[in-house]
Amino acid sequence: MMLRIKFRKYGPIRFIGHLDVMRYFQKLNRRAGLDVAYSGGFSPHQIMSFAAPLGVGLESNGEYMDLQVHSLVSCADVRERMNAVGVEGMEVVDVKILPEDAGNAMASVAAAAYTVRFREGRTPRFLEHLPMEQALRTFLERESIPVAKETKKGVRQVDLRPGIYELSWDGAALHMLLDASSGGNIKPALVLQALLDSCGERLMENALRITREDAFTQVTDAEGKPHRVSLNDIGMDDAQYAARTARISEGPVQTAARTAGISEGPVQAAAGTDKHPGEKAGDLP
Amino acid sequence: MNDRLALSDDILMSIEKPERYIGHEVNSVVKDKAEVQIRFAMCFPDVYEIGMSHLGIQILYDLLNAMEDVWCERVYSPWVDLDAILRREKIPLFALESQDPIRDFDFLGITIQYEMCYTNILQVLDLAQIPLSAADRGEDCPIVIGGGPCAYNPEPIAEFFDLFYIGEGETRYGDLIALYKECRREGTGREEFLRRAAGIPGMYVPRFYQASYHADGTLAAFTPIREGVPATVVKELARDLTDTGYPLKPIVPFIKVTQDRVVLEIQRGCIRGCRFCQAGQLYRPVRERDVEQLKRYALEMLKNTGHEEISLSSLSSSDYSRLPELIDFLIEECGKQKTNISLPSLRIDAFSLDVMSKVQDVRKTSLTFAPEAGSQRLRDVINKGLTKEDILRGARLAFAGGWTRVKLYFMLGQPTETLEDIRGIAELSNEIAAAFFDVVPKEKRANGRVQIVTSTSFFVPKPFTPFQWARQCTKEEFIEKAYFTKRAISEQLNQKSIKYNWHEADASVIEGVLARGDRRLSRVLLTLYRKGCFFDAWSEFFDNDKWMEAFAECGLDPGFYSSRERSLNELLPWDFIDCGVTKEFLIREWEKAKRGEPSANCREQCQGCGVRRFDCGICVEGGQGGKVGKQP
Repeated sequence: MMLRIKFRKYGPIRFIGHLDVMRYFQKLNRRAGLDVAYSGGFSPHQIMSFAAPLGVGLESNGEYMDLQVHSLVSCADVRERMNAVGVEGMEVVDVKILPEDAGNAMASVAAAAYTVRFREGRTPRFLEHLPMEQALRTFLERESIPVAKETKKGVRQVDLRPGIYELSWDGAALHMLLDASSGGNIKPALVLQALLDSCGERLMENALRITREDAFTQVTDAEGKPHRVSLNDIGMDDAQYAARTARISEGPVQTAARTAGISEGPVQAAAGTDKHPGEKAGDLP
Repeated sequence: MNDRLALSDDILMSIEKPERYIGHEVNSVVKDKAEVQIRFAMCFPDVYEIGMSHLGIQILYDLLNAMEDVWCERVYSPWVDLDAILRREKIPLFALESQDPIRDFDFLGITIQYEMCYTNILQVLDLAQIPLSAADRGEDCPIVIGGGPCAYNPEPIAEFFDLFYIGEGETRYGDLIALYKECRREGTGREEFLRRAAGIPGMYVPRFYQASYHADGTLAAFTPIREGVPATVVKELARDLTDTGYPLKPIVPFIKVTQDRVVLEIQRGCIRGCRFCQAGQLYRPVRERDVEQLKRYALEMLKNTGHEEISLSSLSSSDYSRLPELIDFLIEECGKQKTNISLPSLRIDAFSLDVMSKVQDVRKTSLTFAPEAGSQRLRDVINKGLTKEDILRGARLAFAGGWTRVKLYFMLGQPTETLEDIRGIAELSNEIAAAFFDVVPKEKRANGRVQIVTSTSFFVPKPFTPFQWARQCTKEEFIEKAYFTKRAISEQLNQKSIKYNWHEADASVIEGVLARGDRRLSRVLLTLYRKGCFFDAWSEFFDNDKWMEAFAECGLDPGFYSSRERSLNELLPWDFIDCGVTKEFLIREWEKAKRGEPSANCREQCQGCGVRRFDCGICVEGGQGGKVGKQP
């Protein structure tokens, strides 16, 4: 079965690059004694998938890895085992069991939430005469925000506006919900650069301290309405899994109903705990 | 968690692989500063990925941290990008675990594994803001200790070290630390600590010795100048490896390092006695580790690291007497755990091919032979007990088993070498290719072809080998030999199946100068370092012209050290060290080499090399049949 593992990455560990995070977990899973599933062949590898890679230097409270295992005692047991042999700064905060029909972490990411702070002495100069709230309002009122985006194939013009789902300021930090899909991923720094551009300023080098708060996927509820749901809420915890297993053993359950049954609870939970429920980006304080 | 890093985010974000400098790796040891008395920084003077792959440091790290009041941390050469920043911003070099400046430590231990890292020793001292010359260090500086194979001729770098530890690290660090604490309690100061340390077996304190020279530049005398300092320093060795401990929780780096696997040392030393090989003499006698203990270690280390691969380490794994049993165990256990097994330094025969076909994908791996010389005559000179028949038999078996790639390693410029010997390299490569076409029928040839990669390095005579008196070729001679090899290969029938690689000649000559150098070379190293040279082991940074300038500025001729055959009566700069094997034995071997006579290995018959007095390893177990030869 496929586990969805949510972890935090903070402190000095923020300098570990994405490929090395993958290597770290490959070794950690073995130290933890997890019953990991391997691919076949002469050099078998663990069947795992990571959600949107996090840039070097960024911290995160919501990173995700999907890992296939043959068996487990419980989700809580997996989490404890992993944390017992891990380093501080890479903390597993939740382990869930994915329903069979869930997409993998990598493919299903649609959006990511970030908290962005300015480093000391690197706040934008425009704040001296223009409040951030006002600057954001003007910025978000624009129909399109064309920027040059560097891609593997060179520099390309893209419009940032449709991918900025939320952008707000709490007096100390910016909160953003941005497109993080494989086709339209937007980095927080790119948004900041565009904002400063519109005020005639350049973003100072390494001006931002960025924390990714969570990653979201798009789901359609029973009424066909799209929702953004935290990747963590796609999976089932020990109690939910036990309940579902019990239900299945009671008799045949229709797939559609089962899926709705599992996703109902989590969607509500997301609305309750998430600071950024799927409001329209324009609705800012 | 120690959140404080020595480097700012701005710096870490501007350099390559910041992970090299932040510590926090799994199994790295963090202690409470208030609870420890001794701060020890262990350094490998090369970049992190190389240094982290070294087993010796892991052993010492484990051993020192097992002492309750000692905290041993690591430090490596910052890569050139960070190096420039540390200099510009005057940030002192720091240890990875605590991120504290090295200059505040009690000890800085530097392992010296190859000559071309000597300039990096200066880089590390300089960045740590520790005076380069030991004589200039004050009471507040760490005691700088050198160790490792290059410490067996410490003279070229003697000026930079307070102390050298000659031999295996497992035995005397406890005594040294106890002495340090005693001296601190008594308030004796640095000089007195070093004087007393010189009395601990294996310790060499360069400042207490004086060298004088003849008019021709050779060494006239090398004598202690302080009362109670020994005239000869005897190497230390661990008599029984079973009780020495082993790092069962090695550090697991975040970034991929050269040795990204569990390393299991199965034995120390080598029975073979190849005459060019320094390790084969320094680590005598062969001491095997207990096979049952190794099995436990393997499982425990895999569990503690999560590594996906395990590698056996020794100078010649095939000579480990319990190898089949150990490998059977590993194949079974690693199969369950999806762990790869890597088996370097195996002799190619039916047994090893069978093992390799079980643990590797035959189609993707190549087989390695190291005949080291092209002709049987020269292989007898260097005492490489490998015949053409052995090689061809191994190659035929391998080709029949599906292998299509073979690597061959040779050395150019060994004593007595002729053009015929060099031609032998080309002919042997050709015969191996021919064996493939002979063994594998046309319809079974995967890509229709066999790939032979023939590589030559240049011979560098090393101290404490029978070739320590030999003349090293000049750069021009080396290059000529490489061209001759290339031409000879191109004349072979199967030349299209043979690819030829050769090493750089000028760096091999410098390596030769440093390997057999004396104290006066410290000046050359300082001069060179002040010209901005370090990372000389990296071809992109090695600058031969700068080296030549430095020699000239110091009034020294590199040829004096490299391309001069030394007489047997000459006092050699490393003669004050007793590495176990006697000079008489080395002279006997040198003379046999010149006559083209091979010697039996330790298991066949004792050659009386002198290490029997250590009373351990193969010397007491005896060879097959317990034959013990004459003792000098």
